[in-house]
Amino acid sequence: MPPLPKFLRPAPRKPGADNGARNGGGEDDGRLDKAKEQGIEATATAVGWIDERMSVSPLMRAQLFRKVPKGTSWFHTLGSATLFAFLSQAVTGVFLAMYYEPDPSRAYDSAAHITNEVFLGEFVRGMHRWGSTVMIILIFLHMGRVFFFGAYKYPRELTWVIGVVLLVLTLMMGLTGYLLPFDQRSFWATVVAVNLNSSGPVIGPYLADFLRGGSEFGATTLSRFYALHMLLVPGLIAVLIGAHLYLVAKLGTTAPPWLKAHKKELEQEEI
Amino acid sequence: MPDSSSKKPARKSPYTADRGIPGAFEGETVTRRNFMTGGALAAGGIATAAFALPALGFALGPLFEDSQPERWQDVGSESEFNDETYVSSVINLVPEIGEPGKTTVYIRRVNPDLDGDTQAIKDQPYVVISTRCMHLGCPVRYIQASARFVCPCHGGVYDFEGKVEGGPPVRPLDRFYTRTRAGRVEVGDRFSVNSELERFSPRDPSNWVDGLWQYIYPSRPTI
Repeated sequence: MPPLPKFLRPAPRKPGADNGARNGGGEDDGRLDKAKEQGIEATATAVGWIDERMSVSPLMRAQLFRKVPKGTSWFHTLGSATLFAFLSQAVTGVFLAMYYEPDPSRAYDSAAHITNEVFLGEFVRGMHRWGSTVMIILIFLHMGRVFFFGAYKYPRELTWVIGVVLLVLTLMMGLTGYLLPFDQRSFWATVVAVNLNSSGPVIGPYLADFLRGGSEFGATTLSRFYALHMLLVPGLIAVLIGAHLYLVAKLGTTAPPWLKAHKKELEQEEI
Repeated sequence: MPDSSSKKPARKSPYTADRGIPGAFEGETVTRRNFMTGGALAAGGIATAAFALPALGFALGPLFEDSQPERWQDVGSESEFNDETYVSSVINLVPEIGEPGKTTVYIRRVNPDLDGDTQAIKDQPYVVISTRCMHLGCPVRYIQASARFVCPCHGGVYDFEGKVEGGPPVRPLDRFYTRTRAGRVEVGDRFSVNSELERFSPRDPSNWVDGLWQYIYPSRPTI
């Protein structure tokens, strides 16, 4: 067992306090400390029981106490921020799916029902709607950070490639999710977006047919977009985030390019 | 192999019996370990293909089906239309989805003085112009005062015949086949036209059909 964090250890004696009396005052006779100890012990037993079987604590420790390069700053948190945005989108999306109906005649009404009638519906839908924008902004900032820090270079090229695929998938989430409210704006934006796909030579028209499920915006287009938005693309994103994180954990992060590790030593040599 | 004059390391015999593997058969070349590995991979591959290929076909099926069955829709009696200007009407392209499946069309009788002798009006009593913009599919509107079709999205402008006059559209507005039955005008399937107003199978907006472009943006099984 690793040492307990400070807030779980028994409180130290107050300076000047006499034997027995801890900072809770003299009246509880250390009962508070005793309860605390029992609570800690029960928690430690439960955690220990799981850890004995899963052995995650060495992994956790290796991750949490790993060495990071000098110059690691808030810029290095943009990837985690994007991950947080994705998780928030996943959770709000799952709950929105409980009320949303992907049927051309019901979609708009069910979205309006979520906004106007469901308890906290406007808030959860708003989080999902604005969270999508936040996620796209964060993923671009993250990409910019990696680019300007030169962090895509050897041996991290594959991390970059997977990241680019994740960027495209995130944009696909934006595209497919945009149709789901099924108002005039969604409908025509999707018509335009699908026709943009169609403008690609040779395979473009087939891609558009795949997205629409036919040559016209039809009965299955909305459910196709819903399935892509709900299952296919998020599944791929989750798998690729796993690969991306594995590579980050394995290869470590990079120092900013302006930080020259051996500059001082070199200067000294010159003198 | 005892021949040591060669610099390359001696190659193993392909026969398991020569390699001294216990229980080897005469003439056997595949070790049981390799056979089991191959068998497990093949079984896994077949099992995966057994669900993945049908699922893929299921998702891609609509690419190979004609999604627009032939359908003639009555849009009014012949007396409602003239050969001077367009009259708008609403037809149902995808009846299953209700309101989003409807579209506006502009209808006028063929006027030999205006239409000349193009292929688009051959055997057609009426000209029915689709309102789907040929840039990216926004709905165009006929402006009576200028006798032009104008798209609100990116400024595409088409003349009275639907030919591109300005903006990003890549070809003239699509049309629909027409016929008359007992004094009623009926509107049928969509067709696309190139800049010479020659007929083509319906293509998506943004797809050129002039010259070689018709092969770069091919006709598909769905249309």
